[in-house]
Amino acid sequence: MRVTFTVNGREQQADDVWEGESLLYVLRERMGLPGSKNACEQGECGSCTVRLDGVPVCACLVAAGQAEGREVVTVEGLAEDGLSAVQQAFVDAGAVQCGFCTPGLLVAADDLLEHNPSPSDADIREGLSGNLCRCTGYEKILDAVRLAAARRGEGA
Amino acid sequence: MSDVTRIPTSLTQGSRTAGGIGESKLRPDGTLKVTGEFAYSSDLWHEDMIWGHTLRSPYAHAEIVAIDTSAALAQAGVYAVLTYDDLPARQKNYGLEIADTPALAAGRVRHHGEPVALVAADHPETARRAAAKIRIEWRELPLVTDEESALAPGAPVLHPDRTDDCADGQRPHVPHPNIVHRQPIVRGDAAAAALRADHIITGEYEFGMQDQAFLGPESGLAVPAEDGGVDLYVATQWLHADRRQIAPVLGLPEEKVRMTLSGVGGAFGGREDLSMQIHACLLALRTGKPVKMVYDRFESFFGHVHRHPARIRYEHGVTAEGRITHARCRIVLDGGAYASSTPAVVGNAASLSMGPYVVEDVEIEAVGLYTNNPPCGAMRGFGAVQACFAYEAQMDRLAAAVGMDPVAFRQLNAMSEGSRLPTGQRVDSPAPVAEILRRVQARPLPPERQWESAGGTADVRALPGGLSNTTHGEGVVRGVGYAVGIKNVGFSEGFDDFSTARVRLEAVGGEPVVTVHTAAAEVGQGGITVQAQIARTELGVARVVIAPADTRVGSAGSTSASRQTYMTGGAVRNACAAVREQVLALGRRKLGTYHPAWTTAELLLEGGKVVTDGGEVLADLADVLDGEPPVDVELPFRHRPTEPFDIETGQGFGHVQYSFAAHRAVVEVDTELGLVKVVELACAQDVGKALNPLSVVGQIQGGTTQGLGVAVMEEIVVDPATGRVRNPSFTDYLIPTILDTPAIPVDVLELADPHAPYGLRGVGEASTLSATPAVLAAIRQATGLALTKAPVRPEHLTGT
Repeated sequence: MRVTFTVNGREQQADDVWEGESLLYVLRERMGLPGSKNACEQGECGSCTVRLDGVPVCACLVAAGQAEGREVVTVEGLAEDGLSAVQQAFVDAGAVQCGFCTPGLLVAADDLLEHNPSPSDADIREGLSGNLCRCTGYEKILDAVRLAAARRGEGA
Repeated sequence: MSDVTRIPTSLTQGSRTAGGIGESKLRPDGTLKVTGEFAYSSDLWHEDMIWGHTLRSPYAHAEIVAIDTSAALAQAGVYAVLTYDDLPARQKNYGLEIADTPALAAGRVRHHGEPVALVAADHPETARRAAAKIRIEWRELPLVTDEESALAPGAPVLHPDRTDDCADGQRPHVPHPNIVHRQPIVRGDAAAAALRADHIITGEYEFGMQDQAFLGPESGLAVPAEDGGVDLYVATQWLHADRRQIAPVLGLPEEKVRMTLSGVGGAFGGREDLSMQIHACLLALRTGKPVKMVYDRFESFFGHVHRHPARIRYEHGVTAEGRITHARCRIVLDGGAYASSTPAVVGNAASLSMGPYVVEDVEIEAVGLYTNNPPCGAMRGFGAVQACFAYEAQMDRLAAAVGMDPVAFRQLNAMSEGSRLPTGQRVDSPAPVAEILRRVQARPLPPERQWESAGGTADVRALPGGLSNTTHGEGVVRGVGYAVGIKNVGFSEGFDDFSTARVRLEAVGGEPVVTVHTAAAEVGQGGITVQAQIARTELGVARVVIAPADTRVGSAGSTSASRQTYMTGGAVRNACAAVREQVLALGRRKLGTYHPAWTTAELLLEGGKVVTDGGEVLADLADVLDGEPPVDVELPFRHRPTEPFDIETGQGFGHVQYSFAAHRAVVEVDTELGLVKVVELACAQDVGKALNPLSVVGQIQGGTTQGLGVAVMEEIVVDPATGRVRNPSFTDYLIPTILDTPAIPVDVLELADPHAPYGLRGVGEASTLSATPAVLAAIRQATGLALTKAPVRPEHLTGT
């Protein structure tokens, strides 16, 4: 089947998509957008988090056909002129080690800060609890989100 | 000679090269990783590529009576189906220390999930469906699941054809073929020393099978080459060791297996053994097409070895004054179906089994078993983790027996520089065991009942059970626990451990540029960052390019054993020193007549300039290099030699260096539901010299969290009746989330090791050791329960 949807503001199309293919597979293997990661493909780790019509979802649990005609934002869509505040904060705070969890965390953190511009630590922990990281122990991820919130606050 | 027109006369303030060692330089790959552009091994793509898939055994121990692949081959879109009979070379096994792992099952399988057949197809789903059509007739065989069944009379011998090459070819000390390796250590006279003890404390402990659970799945791309060889792009910890194991099974000389490191999504020991490497190459060579293989999470749990589960028995004696008199210990490590690195894990467990304590009279035995459980091998902490869990539980019980504070008891018995290990080796660098304990103890405790807000309501997010809303504080008790551990750094027991670095210095566009080329695997730890920092420090050049890691340069050894900064860092430093000498010689030849200091002064490279030790600038480096061929040096680095442990007494200078970490855990336990919330897990660790403080702290926090995981949640559960893994998913194998992980304040000590480059100590592993027993100790203190098994489960706390 053919699937057409908007990714990071651009309309994209994929042909010969098998009905069982996930949005994650179509993004990564058919649209050349491997930024969303395939760490578990079980909806448990959050590495493939994208926003579907503004709502964070695990792209591995969304059938590609469900995205038809809708808006998808992936990690590749976060940067505008240079890195976004959240992306820059992850680099600066040392929140990136192997980095495999990073794209999903960035999409989740971006969504968190959009809804809660000055989150408490408990809010950050709750907001990112669907994203597993195996390298960092999360401390520097907390630092990064605090830093991004502060910088976004200054910029606003 | 070119005209030199720009010779400044003194080094301007601040022109010392920025970004050298000791600075928290940011990762060079950070930007690519946050934009999604960084190419991990599962992101690789090649025109015309097809997909490989592995069919794995549903049985833990079974004979393959017959295989019929015809239906799979007949499926549209399938390019190849391979079984054992298709392996092209006489060599059909591989292995890190002992080549006992079949590339594809040879007539029988020895564990659940063993690879049996391979399929290559045009879509991953086509490959999966074709694999499901392979018909196999099985005959189940009796299981070996633990020490008792492995050594029982008439037990199936899992590797009857094994020839031991792990201990100088000497086997008599292995009492049964189902024992992979045995290491006794005998020192002093434990029986005589026991007579001095006022209390004898014995304990038996059990440590579960932990998974590395790196997030980036096993994956890679094999591209067949015109010369009959293959190019493999893969996530691994040691390119050259992979190639040494891959090439013979493909029937190729090593130079025809060219390997390039692709982006690695974490490793933690789980990528030391091969996973899809041989399989992808076999399919690529058979089909003539590029083959990509990517495991899903289910398969990943079968695609790599795990941490050895252990059963551990200790006996310690202690005097009324609190001095440990002696110890006896026996550690049984389940190595699973294949050897992997079990012999080295056994050596570590035995030699570090006394922990960072002075115990002169010991009788120790560690053994590693062959069973039909999943194969076990390397994971962060490597044999030292299991021992630390048990000896630290013993320390708390010993302290209680003599009525001492647990920290004071540990400090009284702590080793220090000059102390001896049970192997007789003297610790010849700082060993600040008492000091790191003092530091975690001195830290203010987090406030009680943090979850309680002013109005008397509870923020359930901070309580055991969290948002499950299981408690509002009733039945919640707090406990505090301490632990400390010792980990060896680098490869031990006489292993010829080396790393190679190639460093090139040249002028590019009028600027000096350094290129560092090594085969060292960057697995997320920040190796490429510190390599560049070392090059900047040694050559005084701001622009450093790190070339991709591949097999065109000599081996760097493994990114494991906390050794890569030590070893490849040492190699980069060595190569830079040689480059510096060559470039200074070049400078003397070209410019020596301009200033007498070229021949009379001690010369340094700083800020892109040649400088005297008095700070006088002699030339821009770019002018020295201008018009010259690049200065290019490849050099190996070796740490000081070690020796094997004696096979009967365990004596010997077996380890290169040690790393020490201590933790204090603060926990809150809901005693009604058996739920644990770790409130804080503070760590103090000696790193010798922090080459990149930001990365060092990140490593310590990450290791701490893995230790916390195995304390309260992480365990691969194997059904003892069938040998099948019950929880191969992130739904059922739980790793800590950000809600499970507490604040991890870190106190970094820098007591230089005089034998190591820059005085550094390997950092990556030590914090994993002590985190687990610290959490257990805190839970014991909170509940008063003995708790001898990790992970602690709710039923252990509620007695149900």
